[in-house]
Amino acid sequence: MCAQPVRKEATLPLTKYSKETLTFFYETMVKIRNFELTVEKFFFDGEIPGFVHLYVGEEATATGMMANLRKTDYIQSTHRGHGHTIAKGADLKKMMAELFGKSTGSCKGKGGSMHIADFSVGMLGANGIVGGGFTMATGAALAQKMQETDGVSVAFFGDGASNRGTFHEAANMAAAWKLPVIFLCENNQWASTTPYRTTTSVDDIADRAAGYGMPGVIVDGNDVFAVYEAAKELVERARGGEGPSLLECKTYRIKGHFVGDPEMYRTKDEVRRKLDETDPIPRFENKVIKARAMTKKELEAIRKKVDEELKEALEFARTSPVPAESALFEDLYV
Amino acid sequence: MCKAVDTMKTITFSQATLEAMQEEMARDERVFVMGEDIVRQGGIFGQFKGLPDMFGAGRVMDTPISETAIVGACVGAALAGMRPVADMHFADFAGVCFDEIYNQMAKIYYMFGGQKPVSMVLRAPDGLVNQAAAQHSQSLEAFFMHIPGLKVVSPSNPADAKGLLKASIRDDNPIMYFEHKSLFSMKGEVPEEEYLTPIGKAKVVKEGADVTLVSYSMTMNLSIKAAEILEKEGISVELVDLRTISPIDKETLLDSVAKTTRLAIAHEAVKQGGVGAEIAAIVAEEAVDCLDAPIVRIGAPFTPVPFARPLEQAYRITPEKIAAAIRTMM
Repeated sequence: MCAQPVRKEATLPLTKYSKETLTFFYETMVKIRNFELTVEKFFFDGEIPGFVHLYVGEEATATGMMANLRKTDYIQSTHRGHGHTIAKGADLKKMMAELFGKSTGSCKGKGGSMHIADFSVGMLGANGIVGGGFTMATGAALAQKMQETDGVSVAFFGDGASNRGTFHEAANMAAAWKLPVIFLCENNQWASTTPYRTTTSVDDIADRAAGYGMPGVIVDGNDVFAVYEAAKELVERARGGEGPSLLECKTYRIKGHFVGDPEMYRTKDEVRRKLDETDPIPRFENKVIKARAMTKKELEAIRKKVDEELKEALEFARTSPVPAESALFEDLYV
Repeated sequence: MCKAVDTMKTITFSQATLEAMQEEMARDERVFVMGEDIVRQGGIFGQFKGLPDMFGAGRVMDTPISETAIVGACVGAALAGMRPVADMHFADFAGVCFDEIYNQMAKIYYMFGGQKPVSMVLRAPDGLVNQAAAQHSQSLEAFFMHIPGLKVVSPSNPADAKGLLKASIRDDNPIMYFEHKSLFSMKGEVPEEEYLTPIGKAKVVKEGADVTLVSYSMTMNLSIKAAEILEKEGISVELVDLRTISPIDKETLLDSVAKTTRLAIAHEAVKQGGVGAEIAAIVAEEAVDCLDAPIVRIGAPFTPVPFARPLEQAYRITPEKIAAAIRTMM
């Protein structure tokens, strides 16, 4: 029934998109981009500690998927999780404060970038362990099924994580039990510093869906419309009790694996070329302007709003207190 | 916990855990159980027999042979508002899903700043039985007491098995529940009335004057026999059943050692890096002045569990070995 993954493109005319959805697309992508660039700056300035992995270039993927989700749906994120967290609707102030290690952060300064979470919007956590989220998303979906909601869970993962055994166990369990989970592969071409194709058996991770009897779909992950439309179908399918699916979004990691990565494994030219050719934000701008779905002024107003919001978040994070030493023993046991 | 007036009944350890599951699943519809061979087989030791009939396939589930997915899915389900019980089949298989246990289940509450506890129980049948050898016989509790965020319990008898399992299911924290395989058939008195055994509380099983013998799980029963041997020789042993391995009940431990002035710890697990090492260290740090003799640890030799009977016998802790070790302290 689903031996080969299906390649899909955006087919809906822009007139079918509400202004609200288009605004969500643009605002979310810009918010993620600017958040990440701000984080990068303050990491290099020494104000943000720890290990930080940026989502620059991959904004369309989180945005296109999340436009289909409700607050009560769940996502499991990765160590590159800021984009997912923002797109799921988390408070930027608390996020930024968390990255700065402040007590006002969403995890009270105990998680940091790699372990950011905001349960109030169904964001069940980034994960420092590559491939750590598959099974937990599957379990959250099991709970949704048991509770007889039509909620869904999304497991974000990279091409690197697709080689973990957790992928196999979770995909099989989800398919065997027809659970409402979407496995969303962000194939950004790089498993840390290793080109994924040198360590992965297939060109398309979505090929693997057939092994679990679930549909596999491939889209251009830098086209927010394509991601949105493909995700919509798979989310609706899961809500309707038809079980899990695998959505592979082809994208490209513009920044290094982590902030500070010397990137000895690729050329600056390659990155610049990819950014020029595939950056999802100008692609969106060109498309909506050309189709007269949005005006330059509208886009500018959104960018301005995002700038303000980020400024506030930054101010909040920088002026918030660090956790008191007594917090060390808090939240260890209930 | 149970007053003398309580009516008692005699059931097996296995039945005691089954009653705990039945009562808690009837009480709270968020509680469910999943693991390998639970529905059709009733659990490899029969400890789930009848449960599927009572609660249906939706709450008692046979899983794929996927320990990683079993634990990970239970963590995810707990985050989504359920209260899962996972059966590990054999405690040895926890190695397959160690990441899910110590990086996810144990840490989520803390590293996400207390947003949501992982309220689940991982049942793990452990210990020596029927010459099952290296990969089906281990006692691994020490690994888990090393992980902040987990609670680790290990009952030694049917009454505690029931009370601790019920308390574990109700506890909001993630619990490792180690149940010794050779205990499943053990019979013992269990109160008719509903009760909980508090987590974090050791029990003085028998008062004594000369030496404190701390143990838990199956080895607690061997320690009781060792104490009987020693009593006949005029050595009065105070027996402390730890029941909860983490968090350790320091108070009961230190009170007992202050009274007897001697400490021995016996467990089936390998002695090196075992629970006994932690207890010995606590007493050495906090009560060394009380001691009239060096602390003695009785644990398995530093080898994998061997298969052949004489080798397994050499590996196994016995009442005689415990008694012999304690004699050296007097």
